[in-house]
Amino acid sequence: MSTGELLNGEQVIDVKGLTKKFGSLVAVNNLNLNVFKGDVFGFLGPNGAGKSTTIRMLLSLIRPTSGTIKIFGKSLKENQKDILRRIGAIVEKPDFYLYLSAYKNLEILGRISGADTSNKKIMEMLELVGLAGRAKSKVKTFSHGMKQRLGIAQALIHDPELVILDEPTMGLDPQGMKEVRDIILYLSKVKGKTIFLSSHILREVELIASRMIIINKGTARVEGNVEDLLNSNQLRVTFEVDDIMKAFNLISLTTWKQNFISKEKNQLVFEMLKKDIPALNRHLIENGVNVSSVVPVRSLEDYFLKITMGDS
Amino acid sequence: MILTLVSIELSKIFKKWRTYIGFIAIGVLTPIVQLALYLTGQRYIDHLMRGLQDTFVFSGNLFNGYLVAYVILQSLFIHIPFLIVLVGGDLLAGEATAGTYRVLVTRPVSRFQIITAKFLAGIIYTVSLLIWLIILSLIVSLLIFGSGELITFRGKLIIFASNDVLWRFLCAYGFAVISMTTVMALSFFFSSMVENAIGPIVASMAVIIIFLILSAIPVDILQTVKPYLFTTHMVLWDGFFNDPIDWKDVLSSAIVLIGHITGLYLLSTYIFLRKDILS
Repeated sequence: MSTGELLNGEQVIDVKGLTKKFGSLVAVNNLNLNVFKGDVFGFLGPNGAGKSTTIRMLLSLIRPTSGTIKIFGKSLKENQKDILRRIGAIVEKPDFYLYLSAYKNLEILGRISGADTSNKKIMEMLELVGLAGRAKSKVKTFSHGMKQRLGIAQALIHDPELVILDEPTMGLDPQGMKEVRDIILYLSKVKGKTIFLSSHILREVELIASRMIIINKGTARVEGNVEDLLNSNQLRVTFEVDDIMKAFNLISLTTWKQNFISKEKNQLVFEMLKKDIPALNRHLIENGVNVSSVVPVRSLEDYFLKITMGDS
Repeated sequence: MILTLVSIELSKIFKKWRTYIGFIAIGVLTPIVQLALYLTGQRYIDHLMRGLQDTFVFSGNLFNGYLVAYVILQSLFIHIPFLIVLVGGDLLAGEATAGTYRVLVTRPVSRFQIITAKFLAGIIYTVSLLIWLIILSLIVSLLIFGSGELITFRGKLIIFASNDVLWRFLCAYGFAVISMTTVMALSFFFSSMVENAIGPIVASMAVIIIFLILSAIPVDILQTVKPYLFTTHMVLWDGFFNDPIDWKDVLSSAIVLIGHITGLYLLSTYIFLRKDILS
């Protein structure tokens, strides 16, 4: 049972069998999604996995080839306007009317959304994303990071219940990424919004999300609670040693050989629990093998790295 | 909501530099024609009435604001479509190029409302450009050159009494609104199909040029095609300066053009409603 289900059980996004084909290319294949109220839901996958296509279908930008989308318990197809009124979104890179100011962009998009577009409200939004000082500047003078923050402001101008963010930290420097993450956490924890966060960076999802799904080639691969997925599995641990043959012979004589995966150059790779790392390290050192580094990689991370590199 | 959307579309149109190209072009060309006629206008009248001045005595102000406005309208009418498509071709494709379809279509408004608002804004832009033309060509010319009879030549010399001219101009400008809206609708239609504004602008210009060329070639088979080209009907504004006016001709052309406008709008709407926004 998910965090969201445990908290209150109200399903915000319910996607069943979602498929999108572009000619012979299957961009999204029979995808199911369940996002619950209050979730920060990580939608993870490498570039080209089908994340943006899925998000575009959730926002009625493109039509599914098959499958159903229910948001707030209603069919998106039949209740598009009602549903979109309750959603704020950034889809891929944030684009605006470059010849208009940040203020005017927010005013226009707010008016279309039926939002309060008083000066107070718009400035409040710009303040939230740290752009109040540039309210009257034309967006064409903005850096990518500033546009990204303005993107968040436009997504929030009508006070939506569900915020869909597609790669909101893409192209940002580490400081910018942290700022965006802080805003997302503020929206979730302080404002109680449900967040659907798409990313190709596992670390980002780990820092923010409560639940997640990994998709690749349009298909769901792993789904569940972030903490459970990242910590319940065994780690893949690489020991770098000075004498690979001596170390290899040493573990061959012990029960550690059950954990052994591979050896390469001066590295031995094991699959093991985190708590067992010190014992193996000690065993090697006490038997005269110098260990210069121990690098643990969580299996999910390892799996994600593999699919990111195209080896699924 | 539709009024809100139209006002937003208009504010976007009039915040763009390209919108003013049409206004600037008319603002530059009209005074040039006025100045040229101011300097050589009498020669123009003499040329128009060569052979007649020996037989008839002409009195009054024949070289007046009405004549200047008529000459300007004839000179510029064929070129104004190229100014209209600069904005019409950008109305939808411009959003795709800028990537702003995404922020627009994900708002709680229907695509039908969006495209209708854009189309109406396009018509308002077209009308405003023609109002600008009326101000510069008719009102300013009347202020500079004064009022009087309008003399035109179309196989035969026609002179309209000064109190019989203004309504003809108003009807001609009204017809021009229909003609130019057809051009706007054509560029809007092309704009709904692509993701870059250059394509619809060039395509609309190409269609207009090709149709005009086809109309102008005096070959029988091409002349049979002529009634089916919208460009043939666009120039019927001039019909109001006939005596008598061929109302049947003028009305049927207006209906053909309105049919084009409606058809192009419906086609654009159909395309836009079914469009996958991938930009």
